[in-house]
Amino acid sequence: MLGTYITFPELLIWLPLLLGIISFFTSTGKAAKNLALAGSFLVLAVSVTTLFYTDIQAHHKYNNVNYYWLKYIGNSFNIGIDSTGRLLSFLTALAFPLIFLGTYRHDMKNAPAYFGLMLLAQAGLMGVFLAKDALVFYFFWELALIPVYFLCSQWGGEKRIPVTFKFFVYTFVGSLLMLIGILYVYQHTAARVFEDGTSSAHSFALAHFMNAQLTATEQNCLFWLFFVAFAIKMPIFPFHTWQPDTYDQSPTPVTMVLSGIMVKMGLFGVIRWLIPIFPEAADKFDSIIIFFSITGILYASAIAWMQDNLKKLVAYSSIAHIGLMCAALFTGREMGVQGMMIQMFTHGVNIIGLWLVVDMIERKTGVRQISQLGGLASRAPFLTIMLVVVALANIALPLTNAFPGEFLMFAGLFQFNTWYAVTAGIGIILSAVYTLNMIQKIFYGETNTVTSTVGDISWNEKLTLAVIVLIIFITGVYPQPLIDLTRDALPMIVTK
Amino acid sequence: MNAILFSAIWGVLMMFCGAFVKSKAVPRYIALTGIVLLFAMNAMELNSGLPLFNIDPAEMLRTNSFNLSFLAIVFGATLFYFLLSGSEVEKVGEHVAEYFALMFFVLCGISLMATFNTLLILFIGVEIMSIPLYILTGSDKRNLKSNEASLKYFLMGCFSTGIMLMGITFIYGGNPNGSFYINNIPMGTGDMPVMIATGLIFLLVSMAFKVSAAPFHFWTPDVYDGAPTVFTSFMSTIVKAAGFFAFLRLFEQVFGVMHAQWQMLIVVITAATLLIGNLTAVFQQSVKRMLAYSSIAQAGFMLLALFALNDKAKEGILLYSAAYSLSTIGIFAVLLKMEDYTVDGFNGLAKKQPILALVATIFLLSLTGIPLTAGFQAKFYMLMAAVENGQQFWLVIFAVLMAAVSAYYYFRVIQAMYFKEPGTSSLVNSAGNSGFQALLVVLAILILVLGVYPEFLIGWMYHL
Repeated sequence: MLGTYITFPELLIWLPLLLGIISFFTSTGKAAKNLALAGSFLVLAVSVTTLFYTDIQAHHKYNNVNYYWLKYIGNSFNIGIDSTGRLLSFLTALAFPLIFLGTYRHDMKNAPAYFGLMLLAQAGLMGVFLAKDALVFYFFWELALIPVYFLCSQWGGEKRIPVTFKFFVYTFVGSLLMLIGILYVYQHTAARVFEDGTSSAHSFALAHFMNAQLTATEQNCLFWLFFVAFAIKMPIFPFHTWQPDTYDQSPTPVTMVLSGIMVKMGLFGVIRWLIPIFPEAADKFDSIIIFFSITGILYASAIAWMQDNLKKLVAYSSIAHIGLMCAALFTGREMGVQGMMIQMFTHGVNIIGLWLVVDMIERKTGVRQISQLGGLASRAPFLTIMLVVVALANIALPLTNAFPGEFLMFAGLFQFNTWYAVTAGIGIILSAVYTLNMIQKIFYGETNTVTSTVGDISWNEKLTLAVIVLIIFITGVYPQPLIDLTRDALPMIVTK
Repeated sequence: MNAILFSAIWGVLMMFCGAFVKSKAVPRYIALTGIVLLFAMNAMELNSGLPLFNIDPAEMLRTNSFNLSFLAIVFGATLFYFLLSGSEVEKVGEHVAEYFALMFFVLCGISLMATFNTLLILFIGVEIMSIPLYILTGSDKRNLKSNEASLKYFLMGCFSTGIMLMGITFIYGGNPNGSFYINNIPMGTGDMPVMIATGLIFLLVSMAFKVSAAPFHFWTPDVYDGAPTVFTSFMSTIVKAAGFFAFLRLFEQVFGVMHAQWQMLIVVITAATLLIGNLTAVFQQSVKRMLAYSSIAQAGFMLLALFALNDKAKEGILLYSAAYSLSTIGIFAVLLKMEDYTVDGFNGLAKKQPILALVATIFLLSLTGIPLTAGFQAKFYMLMAAVENGQQFWLVIFAVLMAAVSAYYYFRVIQAMYFKEPGTSSLVNSAGNSGFQALLVVLAILILVLGVYPEFLIGWMYHL
């Protein structure tokens, strides 16, 4: 049946979409919650299976599907799992069960809509990572945004409406510019003939896009049209201003989606579309982009150091990490790119763990100011251990999962330019400073009135964090599977 | 051909019905029957290419699948409009049958404008369309704003008609063949003759006036705001789309070969329309007035078709007419049910009227141009046409930036409906019966279908 009637990418998109729509019609919050949890585990199961069907030739029919869609303009609904998107689609499938489980005891008002929108966001994100047609990619790129917009604006903090709208407008402008870029490249693609004989003058297919006839000047201009969209999504300095506020104001589960998966959309856009279509332009502007990325690392780290708001601290630390990934990506060196490919996954896992811990602290104490907390270790020992592990993974200590990726990224950056590597290295030191500082202030010292009544966390939270810690250690000690899953994507992206 | 005759006949019928029928509801049902028949007859002609009556129009009219599919969109949109807002027409005043009759005459004018093959028919069509609109605008007789709007519209409209006639005269004078037929106006190969160029500019001005493109848009907000809301819905959608269609056909078929020489004029008008429409809409507090300005902004996007003037532009204008008309008719149908036309009047609608809020959201997302809605496909085709044209790339970038601005004012309504708390007063004067709500849902689904698969509409354009 598989491969004939239905394929993996279809399952990965249609399942969450369908479940999301059903969720809107569930009568009670509890039913919606259980449906979402079960559904997300189902998607995870499918996604785990895809990790074993990696052979390009033999498993092609399980991993690719191509429907006719808008034939007159040379578009087809072409989605597929390949080594570029496989790990990220797995991350998307993994993140949602973790999020649902970790926040299982939260009481969301209007839960059917909440879980419905979450599942729709998952479907949209999956589509982004699986699309192999520029128009399909653009569709999902926007569709992932709409549920998240509603989630943030409906269930977020006090200032949610203006903050979320700023986020929306930022990304909307970016994606419209990308749309123009897509249309321009489209005008320079070859004709496409479909199997049923319909033909169109141009094509939206990824393969045609990569062979578009563009002059050097056109490439350079188009590169920026695309890059701005991706840079806003990542976000890298100076396009990051929407991010700390949005993370701060969004409900934590949505923040996890945003920082764990959605920011990877930007990086993914670069590896799937930007560099393969405009390799020369990417080569030409690498230095500028790495410069901005590294500026972002230092800038975000410095702010994180001074930050008293726990959520904003994590948000800025995320900007710093994404900055490093973007810098490593644009080195064009094999090591840097490989490191970035696995770091996209590990950062996703770690940041979700970090947000979970932050959320638990906030829920238990009711504050998010670091200065008001203290002595939590004696009240919540399990939580403390978990936070320490996740935080150490966040600063990429050896044996944690972030280490191999960060090591490779620095190796690539070092090959590219020693000074860049050294400067970015300061960011690592800073990240150790602010992370350890945070642990110290929150967990050690005297308990105060805010923290003295706090108990340890419940079983579902323990379970979620335990799974995350397990992933952190396993992939930290043995990262080879991650490398194997992404290795085939490198030739497309490594430009030097 | 069917449409022209039938809409005129039904208009007369409606007028007589006003004299004999006392009930207020009956004219609406007669009008509904009329529009269904009109749609069906047009569909028959589109399907077979043959009109019911074999009348020789001496080449003054030309029907092909392009203009017949446009008429199908017009009648389809009008059908939705009658179904959704027909009962609101009854509330405007005493003369319900006349209002419907006038709308049928408008449709007759639109049919002429869609199928004209000589400049004279174009002129007659524009006039037949415009004059009933002046009356409809002023139909709320006791309301000063309605009177003012009507007078303003009438005076400005006459002025622009005069300019159009002058333009036609110049073109006739400059045409060595001495003909009004649009395929018989030779343009030569070099620079445009002075007479033709003058005529072109006059026609451009008058058409820009009809579609409320800047800087000829000043009448629009006042007229749309002053007219009874139910007629604003009609004028700002179906009528406006018809204006664009005629505009596009005129400039493509008469002046198409000289495109390079007048393209810059269109670029300026487009940029100005986008800028003024969007920026002014941002500051509006009343949703009705916001929609008036947004209709100017949307006109800016439609002008990209004239800028591009290629096949994609023709497909785009069809899609845009459908997407924009349906979405706007929908949002006006919701607006008509509201107690308070300000943005704050929508606060918390999602809690009190979830269905109305949901469909309104879909209409607004479509107007913004979010994927999966018809509005996205419409904007997408327009942008594709403009990029294909290859000239003035900055205009395309400017257009999408303005589309992002438009998100601001459309989303304000969405924010009010979903994220703000309702006040104590009731938000709607009546939520409409279940039929009304079901119809809105159907309309929303239609918009989504067009957004996913626009080619079924475009396919009709190449049917014959």
